[in-house]
Amino acid sequence: MSTIYIMWLRQIKRYLRSKSRIIGSLGQPILYLFALGYGLGQVFASAGQGNYIQFLAPGIIAMSVLFTSMFNGVEMIWDRQFGFLKETMVAPVSRFNIMFGRVLGGATVATMQGLLVFVLSFAAGFRLHIHHAFWLLLLGLVFTFLIALLFTTLGTAIASMLTDFQGFQLIMSFVVMPTYFLSGAIFPLTNLPKVMSIITKIDPLTYGVDGLRGTLIAANHFPLHLDVLILVVLSLILLALGSYLFSLIEI
Amino acid sequence: MVPIVTMGTIKTHMDSNIIEVKNLTKKFGEFVAVDDISFDVKHGEIFAFLGPNGAGKSTTIKMLTTVLHPTSGHITLDGKSPTHNEDEVRKTFGIVFQDPSLDDELTAYENMYFHGVLYGVDKKILKAKIQQLMEFVELWNRKDSLVKEFSGGMKRRLEIARGLLHHPKILFLDEPTIGLDPQTRNHLWTYIEQLNKQDGLTVFLTTHYMEEAEKVANRIAIIDHGQIVAQGTSAELKAQTNTTNLEDAFLNLTGRDMRVEDASSLDHMRSAMQRRRGGR
Repeated sequence: MSTIYIMWLRQIKRYLRSKSRIIGSLGQPILYLFALGYGLGQVFASAGQGNYIQFLAPGIIAMSVLFTSMFNGVEMIWDRQFGFLKETMVAPVSRFNIMFGRVLGGATVATMQGLLVFVLSFAAGFRLHIHHAFWLLLLGLVFTFLIALLFTTLGTAIASMLTDFQGFQLIMSFVVMPTYFLSGAIFPLTNLPKVMSIITKIDPLTYGVDGLRGTLIAANHFPLHLDVLILVVLSLILLALGSYLFSLIEI
Repeated sequence: MVPIVTMGTIKTHMDSNIIEVKNLTKKFGEFVAVDDISFDVKHGEIFAFLGPNGAGKSTTIKMLTTVLHPTSGHITLDGKSPTHNEDEVRKTFGIVFQDPSLDDELTAYENMYFHGVLYGVDKKILKAKIQQLMEFVELWNRKDSLVKEFSGGMKRRLEIARGLLHHPKILFLDEPTIGLDPQTRNHLWTYIEQLNKQDGLTVFLTTHYMEEAEKVANRIAIIDHGQIVAQGTSAELKAQTNTTNLEDAFLNLTGRDMRVEDASSLDHMRSAMQRRRGGR
């Protein structure tokens, strides 16, 4: 237990200390909110889809959580390169606890980042319904954390197989960006071409975005319990796979 | 002075072995990194493991410290096997790796504290213990500084303090003085000799500085091409090779050719053939 806690705490401390990273990682979501929100808002509205900012904000929150959590997972390569991983590998504690604590810390950090973007989206014109139920907001927080958990685990699993930064750009191009663009974060899932519709259903982030849309603007495409179920099951599978890969690490 | 590492009865069985290695071999594919080596380290001894780059020193340390599994052979550390009793063995040693292994974004104190928690050091004594060790390596006044602000020598001192936090019986030092100025090197060895003399801490070290090994080590093993080519006291090694200092003895035993750390398979083949011809 104390191993999980201390590894979690380490991620939190590192996050809170890197002010430039916090501010830097807010740039992209703000750009997307304003550029896409106002750039495509008219087209979206004239297509009869309503207010685009309302639709877009949950997607952009999901995006920033995706980016932050994947980065936090993959950051383990830094630990390997700069040596801290070795310190944890020779400690008399289970490797699963080390990995799990790290993942929970990374997921917590990504959730905080998601909350920051949620607050910022109000500046872009996003509004909650005046009678919005508080429990729905809490459920939205749960969805944010589930997205964070899923992708921090994925990032950590991938990082367990890499020994240097060379693969980082590859992960950005072939995992992170497709996951974001094909999740329905920036477009509705209705009336998609057949192939596109199948691809979006394979993308795990789709269910995270859908969950956030359901809890924030009551516009979910799938039932919310299905979104939760898929995210939880996928997280557990990845956690099992990730801890196996982590246990194979030799230093 | 209060002992830094309290280990009770160790002095009484000074003559028994704390590390025993028998016929240890590690292969990476076809390449034999460590080739059937055997040696013992006694309780309370300072044991130096010397060899050119790529000789198998780090591979051996990795096997002793549970992070790499041997291909064959037996190791016991304080009576326990690193392959079968991983966690028990991990509690018995502290290690200072060849490369830094601190978290730069944390303070010196936090690095110590995290280590204490990972090793299950009793919370009631942890803070006092951290202070004692950080005072010992003269870093207590910098406890709240981020490690990234530290010089190489300060990082090394902190790593030594950290490696001692959980009362290890053995301290592994893999090239601890590399890249440090003579003042810091001198300081480090003073700390280590003090720990060894006062508390009976067993020290297993590797270094490329022969005069350091000659000065501090009770016994020395020289490894080359994965095999131990000689072991004994510094005096014995010099007598064996008819030399007057350890550096000459070392060169005499391992040859004057320069080594490549990450040798290509062609190099491995070449050196294997050379060995077969006896052309060392």
